[in-house]
Amino acid sequence: MIAPNRASELPDEQRIVITGIGLTAPNGNDWQSFRNALLEKRSGVKPYEVRYFGPTLAGVCDFDTTRYQKKKEVRRGTRAGSVGVYAANEAIKHSGIDWQNTDKSRVGIYVGVTEHGNVETENEIYVIKGFDYDTSCWSHHHNPRTVANNPAGEIALNMGITGPHYTIGAACAAGNAGIIQGAQMLRLGECDLAIAGGTSESIHTFGIFASFNSQNALARHEDPTQASRPFDVDRNGIVVAEGGCLYVLERLSDAKARGAEIIGELVGYAMNTDATDFVLPNPERQAECVNMALNRAGLTADQIDIVSTHATGTSSGDSQECRALRAVFGECTNPRINNTKSYIGHAMGAAGALELAGNLSAFGDHVVHPTINVDKLDPDCEIPGLVLNEPQELKRVDYVLNNSFGMLGINSVVIIGRV
Amino acid sequence: MTPAEIREEIIDILEDISPDEDLDSLDDSQAFRDQLELDSMDFLDIVMELRKRHRVQIPEEEYGNLASMSSTVTYLEPKMKDIVKT
Repeated sequence: MIAPNRASELPDEQRIVITGIGLTAPNGNDWQSFRNALLEKRSGVKPYEVRYFGPTLAGVCDFDTTRYQKKKEVRRGTRAGSVGVYAANEAIKHSGIDWQNTDKSRVGIYVGVTEHGNVETENEIYVIKGFDYDTSCWSHHHNPRTVANNPAGEIALNMGITGPHYTIGAACAAGNAGIIQGAQMLRLGECDLAIAGGTSESIHTFGIFASFNSQNALARHEDPTQASRPFDVDRNGIVVAEGGCLYVLERLSDAKARGAEIIGELVGYAMNTDATDFVLPNPERQAECVNMALNRAGLTADQIDIVSTHATGTSSGDSQECRALRAVFGECTNPRINNTKSYIGHAMGAAGALELAGNLSAFGDHVVHPTINVDKLDPDCEIPGLVLNEPQELKRVDYVLNNSFGMLGINSVVIIGRV
Repeated sequence: MTPAEIREEIIDILEDISPDEDLDSLDDSQAFRDQLELDSMDFLDIVMELRKRHRVQIPEEEYGNLASMSSTVTYLEPKMKDIVKT
């Protein structure tokens, strides 16, 4: 095996930096408002109703779909497409790049998704049910809406990007996986600018709610804002959320040349596989993934300032991740550990990218936003450094480590360093 | 449906298909494509909506009749004359 070089030892042409962030989350439609919501402990979880399943809870986004799309584009495309178009345009704007004079054939789009096509397929089945399942009433838009590259392709269409575009199917590890793919393509010279991260439209399919419910893994609570409660002893499952977060990634040399404001550097990453179960995570493999990312970054566990956990609020998933974290960070005194799903629920393919964004602001404000809704910490989730219910200010934040794991045992970790 | 009612129905369908367009100034004798941003998928939407709403079937070889509003209304008149506008 060839071990990748440590980021700091690489030439600038191989170092990958973040220069823009565009996002929509259930509690914010740009990076700053999202950060404000996290520091003000403002949840984005609301009562929600979905076809067949009925009343439930969800993290719902309220971004302006027509800010960057015509109404016709919104109608013809998918919710995931609209989320992606919004986030991508916001990210490019945030990056300050001269977009008009950017060579669009050298831009790559890499969008992580947990799933795609369920929403559109359910819709068509619902429609033809009204016509006694006459398939001649099945929309000709179904195929372009459900091809797996749709969420990335709609961004390309909207922004006139002619470089590569595709999605990365990686269950709930997809947000990190999109970022990793973008970085790899920049290093390979396949593009000069990557729009990378993850999106999710999952709240618009009843199937995801019904399936989690049948698995006894769907959160419920009288107060919607308290339903998502990772690490709490009374957690009872996942709050499904929609959202998107896309980053502008560039090679450090290019970012420096155009005088870009650099938000952070991807100093380490790793992906691996449990290969043990469809749904139950494997803490040994998760710990290996975290250690691999640390090793590649040339960092010790104690050098990490913030660990952004994946924990979704399920009984076994949270405690399994905590076992993994204990194995890696158990003896450390420096890292602070938080969880962003406690505010927004589980944004599926967008989760990893959004949760990272929520923490990257700490490079500037040095504040660790807390995991909210932990009234009584589950002893199984007790690990040193947990930041619970109240924000914590640090002297400085140099490294954020972001976990994102998914079904079928897919694990991903990224480490972003302050530049 | 009368020709006027058929026209009204087509306008209603176009409002769904092309929500960004101003249909008030539509010239019935001019081709839709010369006045509106419509592509082949949009024309299929017109065909699909007529099928869903009124069970009107339009064979592919007859799609050319949907070029303009007046040709569309003329073409649909015999197919929709017995449909009662609701």
